Amino acid sequence: MANVKKSPWMMHYDGSSCNGCDIEVLACLTPLYDVERFGVINTGNPKHADILLITGSVNTQNEPVVKQIYEQMCNPKVVVAIGICACNGGVFKDCYNIKGGIDTTIPVDIYVPGCAARPEAIIDGVAKAVELLQKKSDALKEGKADEA
Amino acid sequence: MGNRSIVPFGPQHPVLPEPVHLDLVLEDEKVVEAVPSIGFVHRGLEELCTKRDFNDYLYVFERICGICSFGHGLGYCEALEDVFGAEVPERAKYLRTIWSEMSRLHSHLLWLGLLADAFGFDALFMQCWRIRESVLDMFEASTGGRVIFSVNTIGGVLKDMDSEMLSAFSKKFDEMEKQLKEVSDIFLNDYTVMRRLKGVGILTKEDAQRLDAVGPMARASGIAVDIRKTGYEAYKDIDFEVVTSNDCDGYARCCVRIGELFQSFNIIKQAIAKIPDTELSVKCKGFPNGEAYARIEQPRGEALYFIKANGTKFLERVRVRTPTFVNIASLIHILPGSDLADVPLQILTIDPCISCTER
Repeated sequence: MANVKKSPWMMHYDGSSCNGCDIEVLACLTPLYDVERFGVINTGNPKHADILLITGSVNTQNEPVVKQIYEQMCNPKVVVAIGICACNGGVFKDCYNIKGGIDTTIPVDIYVPGCAARPEAIIDGVAKAVELLQKKSDALKEGKADEA
Repeated sequence: MGNRSIVPFGPQHPVLPEPVHLDLVLEDEKVVEAVPSIGFVHRGLEELCTKRDFNDYLYVFERICGICSFGHGLGYCEALEDVFGAEVPERAKYLRTIWSEMSRLHSHLLWLGLLADAFGFDALFMQCWRIRESVLDMFEASTGGRVIFSVNTIGGVLKDMDSEMLSAFSKKFDEMEKQLKEVSDIFLNDYTVMRRLKGVGILTKEDAQRLDAVGPMARASGIAVDIRKTGYEAYKDIDFEVVTSNDCDGYARCCVRIGELFQSFNIIKQAIAKIPDTELSVKCKGFPNGEAYARIEQPRGEALYFIKANGTKFLERVRVRTPTFVNIASLIHILPGSDLADVPLQILTIDPCISCTER
């Protein structure tokens, strides 16, 4: 995993977002923004992914799903919360079925606010995630598993 | 009878941008039954109307769904305008029509892209989304947002498009139309694409009627139902065709949506040519009292909005019936008999929008 930052694979899961950030994440993959030029590939398999992008907040039904995906991912891994509802619940904070941001369920490393988060902001978040991923990978190599 | 097994599908699946879960009962490779379970995106937005005042709630309401956001705002405003008895100025009606059609353009292009992705044609997916970006650019120029616009207000619209912008847009739409013709040629005439779409997911006219299919799903089964023909906003002054097909399969749904894209260009052109010069909004004073319905043709079909107000600043009840909710019944009907490998494609042909459905 020496050069993990050269081609990080990302996975996207839609918590309970409005789709807005969702389609912006997809828009990042398409020709105008095209994150694939940085070697980022969208994958559907949690075991393949290094970066987990989550849009939307956590509710009672998707909480186990989010946890399961996170636990299936191999170390080192980075979680990016996309959009204000993934950060802290945002506009849906007062809804009866919303538990709050993603960090109520799994540890989040990078927060990308915005409603909906713009593709530029998402790419910035992913770029920061890549740096962090390299740090975590180096820490793992040195045997500091608790820092990863 | 072969071996029966149950395969869980979703909520996290590479082809689904949104979470929906199906339990597929398989007999060898054939699906015999599909049992849906939803609720992964349920937030409880309808109840929020008792916590946010009715002006503020409009912005919550738009966030029911990021793809159909303009239509949701429009439906809510129309229902409340009905309660207030407000007459929306003509220019606002035309602007709303133009934005509605732009929403349809970006939603259908998004769908075409996802469909291409579902049958494994990545280059085509990229092309569709490239064309879609020009609609988003126009949205950004005219409203300031890419997916959530917040231009509707109760009694009209908040932003105007000047004649310069409108003529620049018409040029862009002409360009888009050309690009779209090239892409649609692949969808409609490519041998491989046709093999994937033709004859899969048959929903006969009788079944569509029985299951209450709406939108392109119904129109692809030969039912010419389109709420735009009821003449809300500026649609009453605009001449357009309701695209239908009698093939009843996935290919027909693709044809209908592509036909609608071209109709949308036609509607926008007419609206730009006819747009009158009036005020943008009327003031609605006081608190709403009474109840009203509004019906809107969303990109996915008919959406129905109900509002009950009681004379305070909080609404008593808000209810939305979204097109995907209705179409899930059709989906469950068309899945049995198809191969497991075809299931993602079948799900996509109904153009599911889960966050609308679950709110």
